[in-house]
Amino acid sequence: MTREAYHKALKDLEGELQQMAVMVGTAVRESMDALKGRDLEASRRIVHDDIHVNRKRFEIEEKCVRIIATQQPMAVDLRILAAVINIITDLERIGDHAEGTAKISLSIGDAPLVKPLVDMPKMAEQAVSMLERCMKAFIDRDIESARNICNEDDIVDAYYDKIYGELVLLMIENPKLIKDATYLIWAAHNIERIADRVTNIAERVVYMVTGKMEEMNVSKY
Amino acid sequence: MRDKFTTKNLNFWYGEKHALKGISLSMKEKEVTALIGPSGCGKTTFLRCLNRMHDLYPGNRYEGEILLDGKNILEKGLDLIKHRSRVGMVFQKPTPFPMSMYDNIAFGLKLMGVKSKSEITSRVEKALKDSALWEEIKDRLHEPALSLSGGQQQRLCIARAVAVEPDVILMDEPCSALDPVATAKIEDLITDLKQNYTVVIVTHNMQQAARVSQYTGFFMLGEVIEFDTTEKIFTAPSNKLTEDYITGRFG
Repeated sequence: MTREAYHKALKDLEGELQQMAVMVGTAVRESMDALKGRDLEASRRIVHDDIHVNRKRFEIEEKCVRIIATQQPMAVDLRILAAVINIITDLERIGDHAEGTAKISLSIGDAPLVKPLVDMPKMAEQAVSMLERCMKAFIDRDIESARNICNEDDIVDAYYDKIYGELVLLMIENPKLIKDATYLIWAAHNIERIADRVTNIAERVVYMVTGKMEEMNVSKY
Repeated sequence: MRDKFTTKNLNFWYGEKHALKGISLSMKEKEVTALIGPSGCGKTTFLRCLNRMHDLYPGNRYEGEILLDGKNILEKGLDLIKHRSRVGMVFQKPTPFPMSMYDNIAFGLKLMGVKSKSEITSRVEKALKDSALWEEIKDRLHEPALSLSGGQQQRLCIARAVAVEPDVILMDEPCSALDPVATAKIEDLITDLKQNYTVVIVTHNMQQAARVSQYTGFFMLGEVIEFDTTEKIFTAPSNKLTEDYITGRFG
């Protein structure tokens, strides 16, 4: 093996990407727990901690640029870097969605939730599970898993449609709840967007392994 | 684009050493084809087959076919002088003759039988313009070629090759003895030359292959492991050996 320092730098980069994925996955879970459990202190902390995710994204991006400038990567190495640069953008946005959910929790404030959250935590767990398995597919270079994960976006969409329908019904029945019910629709929408971001990441995994750009789970509309 | 040079099951021996094993590939007209691979892989040997350079040394043997515009150049009776004027070569180190810049270029033309002084002068000027050297040396054409910088000498050698209006220009690591600025000029020049000539270049610099060529062949141990568009070779090669080589995992 030649160019050992270079290949170690690439491996380290992949490790940092995994760390960033763990950070945002944790933020999504905690933001949902805080919303459900009305833990405003935790919501505040999540909003504050998003800055660490943003910093991590810049750190990784700078390392990618440095490797490109100094090592002139080719072939699979180049595809890894292209994938990483794209994936950190999606991870950073997933972090923003978690932060968004925490901000919604803070906006609801001391008011009780318009309904107990049953499906939304399951929806969030589904999205985080997709993220975690997608990052594993990245490590394993497993394009079959990556493709399957994209199909699971439909599960998250189905949760969203259900939650949306229930909350609209609630608002029709009791217009006084419109404001707080809308907050919950936003929260559900955040999670729906997270799953879309995971689909983007899965596309990058497939590109990294095969060199082919494929759009997966294309919108039904 | 049609094929300019095609080899079919080309084998080559240096005495007993089987240096090229069954090479079949095509080089497109007015495109740049780069040949890459570790030292001793056969890429320079292959390049030299294309203008029958190996014939200068005894004991060498070819088998198979090398077609230039569909005609096999390994057939007996080929006029080697004429062939080499159709297939020019630029070497690793600049090789100007110890004469004036003008005479360096006029030399090949005279050898080709061009006698008219005015024609020689106009073709020298055109060759120097084509080689992006005219502006730099037009006021001192009769000074010694050896007074030029390394990069200028190499462009003079390219001018010498293009002056006889070849179809193909072969380049054997043309920038390996040059600094980055001179290298960049030669690379720009290669891109310009592609408008009128078919170029085949051997290079150890993979970034250079990626920058200047449209097709790339990866050689190893006397065989072509992979031949494809340069874009494909450097972003998503099909063969693991190619990938390992260009990503520096061996070689």
